[in-house]
Amino acid sequence: MSGKTIKKVLYRIKHYWGYLAISVIMAMITVASTLYVPIIIGDAIDFIIDRGNVDFAAITDCLIKVGIVVAVTALSQWIMNVCNNKITYHVTRDIRDEAMERIAHLPLNYIDTRSYGDIVSRVIADVDTFAEGLLMGFTQFFSGVMTIIGTLVFMLSINVKITLVVVLITPVSFLVASFIAKKTYSMFKLQSEARGEQTALIDEMIGGQKVVLAYNHSDEAIEKFDEINERLSKYSLRAIFFSSITNPSTRFVNSLVYAGVAVTGAITAIGGGITIGQLSCFLSYANQYTKPFNEISGVITELQNALACAARIFELIEEQPEVPEAENAVVLENIDGTVELEKVYFSYVPEKKLIEDFNLKVKKGQRVAIVGPTGCGKTTVINLLMRFYDVNSGSIKVSDVDIRDLTRHSLRAGYGMVLQETWLKSGTIRDNITMGKPDATEEEIIAAAKASHAHGFIKRLPKGYDTEIGEDGGSLSQGQKQLLCIARVMLCKPPMLILDEATSSIDTRTELKIQNAFAKLMEGRTSFIVAHRLSTIQSADIILVMKDGHIIEQGNHDTLLRQGGFYKNLYESQFAG
Amino acid sequence: MKMIWKYLKDYKKECVFAPLFKMLEAIFELFVPLVVSSIIDKGIGGGDQNYIIKMCMLLITLAVIGLVCAITAQFFSAKAAVGCATGMRHSLFAHIQGLSYTEIDTIGSSTLITRMTSDINQVQNGVNLVLRLFLRSPFIVFGAMIMAFTIDVQAALVFVAAIPVLAVIVFGIMMITRPLYKKVQAGLDKILLVTRENLTGVRVIRAFNKEEEEIERFEKANEELNGLQKFVGSISGLMNPLTYVVVNVSIIALIWLGAVRVDAGTLTTGAVIALYNYMSQILVELIKLANLIVSVTKALACANRIDGVFAIESSMEDGKVKADDSVKADIPAVEFRNVALKYANAAEDSVTGVTFKVMKGQTVGIIGGTGSGKSTLVSMIPRFYDATGGQVLIDGRDVKEYTLESLRDKVAVVLQKAQLFKGSIRDNIKWGKPDATDEEIMEALEVAQAKEFVVKKDGVLDSFVEQGGKNLSGGQRQRLTIARAVVKKPDILILDDSASALDYATDAALRKSIREMTPSPTLFIVSQRASSLKFADIIVVLDDGEVAGIGTHDELLAACEVYQEIYYSQYKKGE
Repeated sequence: MSGKTIKKVLYRIKHYWGYLAISVIMAMITVASTLYVPIIIGDAIDFIIDRGNVDFAAITDCLIKVGIVVAVTALSQWIMNVCNNKITYHVTRDIRDEAMERIAHLPLNYIDTRSYGDIVSRVIADVDTFAEGLLMGFTQFFSGVMTIIGTLVFMLSINVKITLVVVLITPVSFLVASFIAKKTYSMFKLQSEARGEQTALIDEMIGGQKVVLAYNHSDEAIEKFDEINERLSKYSLRAIFFSSITNPSTRFVNSLVYAGVAVTGAITAIGGGITIGQLSCFLSYANQYTKPFNEISGVITELQNALACAARIFELIEEQPEVPEAENAVVLENIDGTVELEKVYFSYVPEKKLIEDFNLKVKKGQRVAIVGPTGCGKTTVINLLMRFYDVNSGSIKVSDVDIRDLTRHSLRAGYGMVLQETWLKSGTIRDNITMGKPDATEEEIIAAAKASHAHGFIKRLPKGYDTEIGEDGGSLSQGQKQLLCIARVMLCKPPMLILDEATSSIDTRTELKIQNAFAKLMEGRTSFIVAHRLSTIQSADIILVMKDGHIIEQGNHDTLLRQGGFYKNLYESQFAG
Repeated sequence: MKMIWKYLKDYKKECVFAPLFKMLEAIFELFVPLVVSSIIDKGIGGGDQNYIIKMCMLLITLAVIGLVCAITAQFFSAKAAVGCATGMRHSLFAHIQGLSYTEIDTIGSSTLITRMTSDINQVQNGVNLVLRLFLRSPFIVFGAMIMAFTIDVQAALVFVAAIPVLAVIVFGIMMITRPLYKKVQAGLDKILLVTRENLTGVRVIRAFNKEEEEIERFEKANEELNGLQKFVGSISGLMNPLTYVVVNVSIIALIWLGAVRVDAGTLTTGAVIALYNYMSQILVELIKLANLIVSVTKALACANRIDGVFAIESSMEDGKVKADDSVKADIPAVEFRNVALKYANAAEDSVTGVTFKVMKGQTVGIIGGTGSGKSTLVSMIPRFYDATGGQVLIDGRDVKEYTLESLRDKVAVVLQKAQLFKGSIRDNIKWGKPDATDEEIMEALEVAQAKEFVVKKDGVLDSFVEQGGKNLSGGQRQRLTIARAVVKKPDILILDDSASALDYATDAALRKSIREMTPSPTLFIVSQRASSLKFADIIVVLDDGEVAGIGTHDELLAACEVYQEIYYSQYKKGE
């Protein structure tokens, strides 16, 4: 599992192999020159022997060398840092872009059934943690490994026996570290689970805060929050504490190594095996050799965490996208507006049948009204027409072409859709109106806004059409938001219309005026209208009365009234008060 | 900074012990070069093996003490950091819960979510590191300097010169990067916003074939963030090389000075090595510090953002009087006296000069054009927003005098946007009355016309509602939100256009069953449908924020032009 994840990460790093190569080369230079400095200084110290016995010329040579090597080290270190930064942030940017790309093409079914908070936290928090782990890995892992190799070589060049002491004791620190890492992994997992649970709660309660306030539910929300917070705190404390033991423990092992080197080194020195300068150099190597072991053990925990996060992102990126378009998918240019549904069967979950054997033929320019009690499948029909969902069996044809043989874009461009649930994106009013036609002229925009009776209130906003609206429309009223959604459609004038309770939040007077504009727009355009207000559907050519996924009545207003069925009941209840 | 202290206050003991034990550890570490120096001078110089072994045992003892101190310090700092973050999360959440509608409108939830999660985590990290290292590092640095003084005063002056330079580098880089990290977090907010919008608005985005543009928008925001991160990274990346240079230049100076002093016979070779070791220790410490300073700087930037939320005070002051249900027959249940409301940042009043009285148990209909201020008007009753002019009174008292909690217990509002929460249907209804019995819940569902579809569900009251009620239809959601309000048995019930997704028959049945509730609430109905309001005791007609007429259906139909227009737009004349 994690092997696969590593492979995926490496695959994405591959694009930046140039930076990677530079980084590795710079790491080698850095390590080599960092290790070389103690040798020169050791030499210099050896020239300081005793009173009146100091070779200043030789020392000067050594110190100049030190200066040059230090300059090289600093430069290569900085270049390495910059490269590592580049690689890390480019990789995370790429992964985020990939994730977004996938989100844009996920089947609606996926989005409808997941909590937004979870998807968002994958794109934001998980990628962040991953980036941190990756950066740390790059900066410390490479130079760590190289330091180990480098110091080994240098130490061997000075004295084999003492080197053996170092090499034999050091792996103990690895054992200690991996023992602790194993113990802490489960703590980290518990911690991130609790964190996820808490994020979901925050997302929900802050997103729905107006209701929370209206129902004095704050105390309960806080109580629930605290319960999770308490658990999170417990797991965090354990995770942090146990993982932080790693460092002192391995450092302890290092101190033992240091003491070992001091003993063997000093005894060897008495026997004249090495010089004092070499011993001092050795001691500093012993320090440098063991340090990367600490760091690597730290990096390993961090990387484990990073990989766990990466796995969650890849899970999203690799999610099955919408059924791909047929290779020879047609771009439908002249949509004439005929729509035909033939033996359509559809349900969201196999166990719960919804739409069964749905047949409908709509001629060009006809108005189809869909009515029925809530939950009868009206919105589902729209999901199918727009191909947000694919039919289970049967077919839907537009201009005599099965919509599965069309490109999604050309199909959806054929429809203008206004939904009951108004959705605006953060940006200016203008951005929101021109969604369907970004190159619209100022006149067109104003004309569309006037037709949808939004011009009046827009004009009164502080900056008119350039007023920024916040997330989810900010402080605009529900009705104003709906007017903007209508203006959006009025502007792009598509050949077919879908109006799902398009005017539910608008007052009837304005609605009446908009209806006129709609009527003009609908002329010659096929339209599907879902509405409760029977006045708005009386003039439809076909009225579909739906119940439990079936069409129970079909006809125009007059024939349906005469039938005296379900429709008649609905109609009369409007006037019953 | 100040804010972090506030949450660390409960962990004073930990905050003292963590750095203290860290310092103890550091002290023992500082002895090591001294021991080594004496091994070289006395042990090797005197050829005394026993002395060497004795000194090495001392080294091991120092290591053991160091280990114990370090673990103790880690424990205390972890405890303080986690405790601090936990407390901060609690307070921030509670603080956000205490904000009023005005603040919620202006802040936006995306950024609140990042602040509650990512930002606080960064602070926790930062506190943990500060407790462990920010005291230890300076201590080692100054400790090394002091030890150098004990060896040789003149050589120690090199330390005195080097340390301020190092401090300038470390703190300079911190100061430069801190505002940049704040920008990075803001960039993250932006990405979160786009991601969320692409989830909540998926249907519209796809209907308008906007996927590619949204991807572009995301990529642009992402690129911006990326640029910032790289920029900050390359500045922070300077810290290591720069400190490395400074320390090594000092070492060069030290060796030269040492050479001169040994030549003069005032210093031994062992002492030079010890001085060199102390300088190396400073370097090791600074490298550690450099890696962590990034986290600490980030933490400070994040703390600043959290503080920003704390700084937002609720613009609403709580009252003192507890609202109760004692009724005085002659005092109006609700009264508007020349009420006006102007939203924050708005150019003009949303409603002005509204005056009317409602007696207990009456039904008030509010009707008017889109944006005419209907929702605004009723939102002042439970004090979602405060009137900016005039007074709203309940039972003869200004609503501002009541405690918010008791006021909102007395008044139930069903908002336009039907919002449910993850949990069972029972959990959702219990929002209205936490101790409601199943019987009461069923009763409320019946009133809200929701019983029919709820009993058909598997698990009935236990059936699961997803976040936001995504697995229910719009009409079902609306009815559940109505049941949630009804179960309270409120004195005042406000339906803010909350039956828009219901068909007429259901709507009519709903109004009938609400009227039959005992005790019968004072009812406000905001609606577009004249039929829903026709039988109200009073109908308030709003036009562009002003009252266009108040009266019964018949009175208004006779005299109010706006009402006539509305009515006849729904009922053709003569029908």
